[in-house]
Amino acid sequence: MLLWFPYAVAAWLFAIGLYGLATSRNIVHAGLCLAVVQSSTYVLLSAAGYRTGAAAPVFARVAVGTPAVDPVVQALMLTDIVVEATVLALLLALTIQAHRRLGTVDPDQLGILRG
Amino acid sequence: MKPRMRQCMILAAAVGFFILYGWGLLGLPGSGRYPGPYGDVLNARAEFERHASDVVSAINFDYRAFDTLGEEFILFTAVMGVVVLLRRQADETSGPERRALPGRSAPPPSDAVRALALGLSAPLVVFGLYIITHGQISPGGGFQGGVILASTPLFLFLCGDYRQFCAITSHELTEAAEAAGAGVFALIGLLGTWAGLAFLQNGLPLGKTGSIASSGTIAVISFATGIEVCAGLVLVLMAYFDRVLVIREGGS
Repeated sequence: MLLWFPYAVAAWLFAIGLYGLATSRNIVHAGLCLAVVQSSTYVLLSAAGYRTGAAAPVFARVAVGTPAVDPVVQALMLTDIVVEATVLALLLALTIQAHRRLGTVDPDQLGILRG
Repeated sequence: MKPRMRQCMILAAAVGFFILYGWGLLGLPGSGRYPGPYGDVLNARAEFERHASDVVSAINFDYRAFDTLGEEFILFTAVMGVVVLLRRQADETSGPERRALPGRSAPPPSDAVRALALGLSAPLVVFGLYIITHGQISPGGGFQGGVILASTPLFLFLCGDYRQFCAITSHELTEAAEAAGAGVFALIGLLGTWAGLAFLQNGLPLGKTGSIASSGTIAVISFATGIEVCAGLVLVLMAYFDRVLVIREGGS
């Protein structure tokens, strides 16, 4: 049961984020939903690389050869967390400009994109 | 699109996703039973091959450095996008700091906030630099330390008003630091090719494991990344502060 629990959490985060994105009435809310969807990948990656009872992949205090979790997924994750923050900042900047030009932040009211 | 039709589409997409997801999970071992082999090989080899005891940093800035270069340029472009989108438009003017509406002025920062922010700012700089420079030894590195460093200007902003914030920060210097951070990362790779190595191959002396001057290019690239992440986030902060506090619609 516990073996599949993290995968279920990842699926739940993805689904709830996607639902929020689809029903969003506000671009700021949609941006945050996108962050929730993205965080589901962090749960999925760290769950896939986890090994019960193993050490962190840092061998400053423990000897090399001690069972450790997968460092590759952690490396993937930590770069993505920082990048996600700046991409969210970019989305919010787009929101500010959309509101300035069209006077609304409701995705349904934005209508077709204008150049 | 009608809400009804949208709901049907989302439902169909969700059902399709969960079928594929469940199918994909069938091939995965349960969580906690990581089967290897790549992580295990790296865990066993990184300290001997690269003299870096933090394998995550070794992967980020050496084994997978080319990929990290790409990620760093995503960050760089996103920051540029924010700055370009939020800059002053032709029909806007930038004036002195915007005054609040009468009767709705924001209260000045409380003494408790000021004392805490002032007290924290110096330790934060030290802590951020520590995390950046020790990434090859213990958990940390350029990405984490850069974010910690970038929170210092935010604390200084909380201490006082925006004019004081502008007086002690330099926009030009931050831009230069961001460009230099991104440039040094690529330059290290190119210098390696000039010396006959592969792009981003670790060609510097590896030093003694556990010291700051170990792990060759990992420490250098981590430092450059730290500077770039920090400067990038500070530029985003500045762009938002400018947009919210200084730029106004129409003529002044």
